[in-house]
Amino acid sequence: MLEVQNLSMRFGGLLAVDEVSLDVQEHEIVSIIGPNGAGKTTVFNCMSGFYKPTGGKILFEGREVQGKPDYKISRLGMVRTFQHVRLFSQMTVVENLLVAQHRHLNTNLISGLIKTPSYRTKEQKSLDRAAYWLDRVGLLDLANREAGNLAYGQQRRLEIARCMVTEPKLLMLDEPAAGLNPAETKELNQLIISLKEDYNVSVVLIEHDMSLVMDISDRINVINQGRPLASGTPEEIRQNDDVIKAYLGEA
Amino acid sequence: MQDLLYFSQQLINGLTIGSTYALIAIGYTMVYGIIGMINFAHGEIYMIGAYTALIAITGLAALGIAWLPLILIVALLCAMIVSSSMGWAVERVAYRPVRGRHRLIPLISAIGMSIFLQNYVHLAQGSRNIGFPALIDGGFNFGSGDGFQMSLSYMQITIFITTLICMTALSLFISRSRTGRACRAVSQDLGMANLLGIDTNRIISATFVIGAALAAVAGLLLGMYYGSVDPLFGFIAGLKAFTAAVLGGIGSIPGAMLGGLILGVAESMTSGYLSGEYKDVISFSLLILILLFKPTGLLGKPEVEKI
Amino acid sequence: MAANNFRHALFCSIITLIISYPIIGFNLEAQGINVTLTGADASTVVMVLLAAVIVFLFQLFRDQIMGTLRSLPHPLPQSSKEPMAENRRAKIESWVLTGIVVLALFWPFFVSRGAVDLATLVLIYIMLALGLNVVVGLAGLLDLGYVAFYAVGAYTFALLSQYLGISFWLALPIGALLAALFGLVLGFPVLRLRGDYLAIVTLGFGEIIRILLNNWTTLTGGPNGIGGIPDPTLFGMEFGRRVKEEGNTSFHETFGIAYSGEHKVIFLYLIALVLAVFTALVIRRFMRMPVGRAWEALREDEIAARSLGLSRTAVKLSAFTIGAFFAGFAGTVFASKQGFISPESFVFLESAIILAIVVLGGMGSQIGVVLAAIAVTILPELAREFSEYRMLIFGAAMVLMMVWRPQGLMPMRRIHIELKRQE
Repeated sequence: MLEVQNLSMRFGGLLAVDEVSLDVQEHEIVSIIGPNGAGKTTVFNCMSGFYKPTGGKILFEGREVQGKPDYKISRLGMVRTFQHVRLFSQMTVVENLLVAQHRHLNTNLISGLIKTPSYRTKEQKSLDRAAYWLDRVGLLDLANREAGNLAYGQQRRLEIARCMVTEPKLLMLDEPAAGLNPAETKELNQLIISLKEDYNVSVVLIEHDMSLVMDISDRINVINQGRPLASGTPEEIRQNDDVIKAYLGEA
Repeated sequence: MQDLLYFSQQLINGLTIGSTYALIAIGYTMVYGIIGMINFAHGEIYMIGAYTALIAITGLAALGIAWLPLILIVALLCAMIVSSSMGWAVERVAYRPVRGRHRLIPLISAIGMSIFLQNYVHLAQGSRNIGFPALIDGGFNFGSGDGFQMSLSYMQITIFITTLICMTALSLFISRSRTGRACRAVSQDLGMANLLGIDTNRIISATFVIGAALAAVAGLLLGMYYGSVDPLFGFIAGLKAFTAAVLGGIGSIPGAMLGGLILGVAESMTSGYLSGEYKDVISFSLLILILLFKPTGLLGKPEVEKI
Repeated sequence: MAANNFRHALFCSIITLIISYPIIGFNLEAQGINVTLTGADASTVVMVLLAAVIVFLFQLFRDQIMGTLRSLPHPLPQSSKEPMAENRRAKIESWVLTGIVVLALFWPFFVSRGAVDLATLVLIYIMLALGLNVVVGLAGLLDLGYVAFYAVGAYTFALLSQYLGISFWLALPIGALLAALFGLVLGFPVLRLRGDYLAIVTLGFGEIIRILLNNWTTLTGGPNGIGGIPDPTLFGMEFGRRVKEEGNTSFHETFGIAYSGEHKVIFLYLIALVLAVFTALVIRRFMRMPVGRAWEALREDEIAARSLGLSRTAVKLSAFTIGAFFAGFAGTVFASKQGFISPESFVFLESAIILAIVVLGGMGSQIGVVLAAIAVTILPELAREFSEYRMLIFGAAMVLMMVWRPQGLMPMRRIHIELKRQE
């Protein structure tokens, strides 16, 4: 469903991403790994439309999306999380989820002002969807807390729930396990697998936690210094000499 | 020939005003370069400089001192001392406590400070504009008798020379002195400079003090040039100077100089060839257009948005 | 440490002297073309010295003083007390508010004409501040040229009545819509700018509009303004002593009561009250709608909002336009109340006052903003001897609020949302 072909991104004289290609099939978890500064997040930023790539193509369900504005890409069904959690921290937990459903709601101002029946039904639907996902990530009891006051692990889960209420086809997670303790990482592991199995979402994952990556990935792409180094199943990657060298030899 | 003279006159007038804009713009651009905030009260600092200079000049006259160089130097020193102290105090009271918070908070604090200072002077000195003695008069005239005469006044020459001296001194200071080097380090990366043992608070204070001192120089010069001051004197001039800083590329000191000169010329050409009433419209439009299409200005560095 | 503190305290008090003595201690007086300098009277000088001493003592014992202050209980407890049951709180709140509105409806019949007039002004400021609250408080867009939209509303009515004889009731929506259109057109290019640049650009726009009003003499009368703006009518009844327009009747004759100038004032007040309540209710509704949440989301984190499919331009533009709409409303009422308008009423300072109201009340908080509007308009009237210090105090208050309580005196309350567990 997603195909990245020869993606390049240049900042001034620095070639941060050089001819990276990867693809994601439906019902699949694909990871991007690589040492720090390898350009993983830059690849994400290009995919999510935050940067305009300087070369290459990104096809989502057969349509070219490279260079489209970020909000349009997300409306197509590609939604991401951030390396450093980005919540609407002064808004409540449930409001965070309602904002994400903005485009599912009737945004006509007048119908909202006079509360037409169709507006009410849609509003109720979005509340129910929010409640469902809060329950799913174990935050329902905290629904009216300010998001900024949640514990770190809860914020991470809220961010994923916030993506899920937009009903994405492809979820891009940027280091979701960063800062989590082992127990939380395990929960996350199960959550991501369940997203794929139960909700039919494909996942692209950037992660440093190798055990998580090896556990849940269907395929792995390794990039190093902006260039693709290897790709394959976890087993193949584990035995790839280049990868071992990049991780052990130079790092 | 007449047209050329007329044009040159506008050019000279524009460069005169422009070089004072540049002096004020330095304060905006240095502060922005270091802590990334618009010091909205900077125009008021400049206005206070003009008032202090006028008070000093009148005081010396009352004492019977008439030697012009002495009057000018004393007035300049007084203005610089009072404005710098004000710049220091403003940073200390209104900006340091809110540093690092959401971008709008320091700006609103600065707007409050600007209103406060305007009314402070208004209450102490009244709202009427007060005549500023033209200490330096006369000048050169060019052109034949009956046609348009171009004039270059001694006052304008004084403005050029003073601005030149200030700019040279500033450049030397920034490039040679210890504090100047620290200033550059802090504007590159405040956190890193802090780790390297630079007292960033002191450097930020120094920036405010230098900016205020230059604004005070501009206050004395423009006070004499325009011939009067009032408490609102700083507001428009501050906006103009901010425009100049943005035009040149905010954060860049040569940019502020260039921006000031271009803005001054653009304004005087507008009033010379179109209408004086619309010269403010021209500079505000210029400001809006630059911010929209080239927010980094002429000499500024682009800012990369990071996630 | 002590010596260090002492040096710092001395330095601060000297700075205090330097920045206050020359400006306050000497008075410039213009006599013809000459300027003379007089020393201020002894009490002023003593005040300046006293200020320096206070600064010295404060800085010397700064640590102790700040320590004591911190150990004091917070004067405005926020979330320390157990919140009331949400539905009960909402019910009480709506009863209290309804009560206040009903009181406000009957109040003008028992007080003086001047008080009613002032109250109308307060209501106009409430409308303005509620509108600006959408832009600044909710959407986080610092608009320093807000007064321009107010001017558009006022001038629309003035010009329409002068050239086309259009009445208040027709001009009211036209003025508001035109102001909204202005907001839309001006907002479209500028809203992608970063926060502080946006503030300066809106300030520039505000000044440009004022300069145009001042210089386009043939249309706007320039600095002389436009007079003779008609009062609103009630179903074709005029409030003047004599009927000005053909086909209208006069209010006092229709009801067979004696003519009184107060009728008009009260009527205007009631219109302003209805419009202010309307403004508050509409914006309150917006805040509970997707658009309101989108405003706040964009204020909180623009990148995250965009990554969830919110269009930055559309969301910001809606806030800007809606804010401008209500400013246009307020402008029309203002023109009608004054009967005369000129560019003087629409200077930057006016924008700053409205901003101060929003900041003091608490950005995003409607009740806070309403209370601040009342306080800011009425306090200078009550203490007339202090009225010249009004702007000085505003400025200082804005700084202090930003330093100590940027969320305002009455911070915004989050809306409580009940959720049902889903299966």
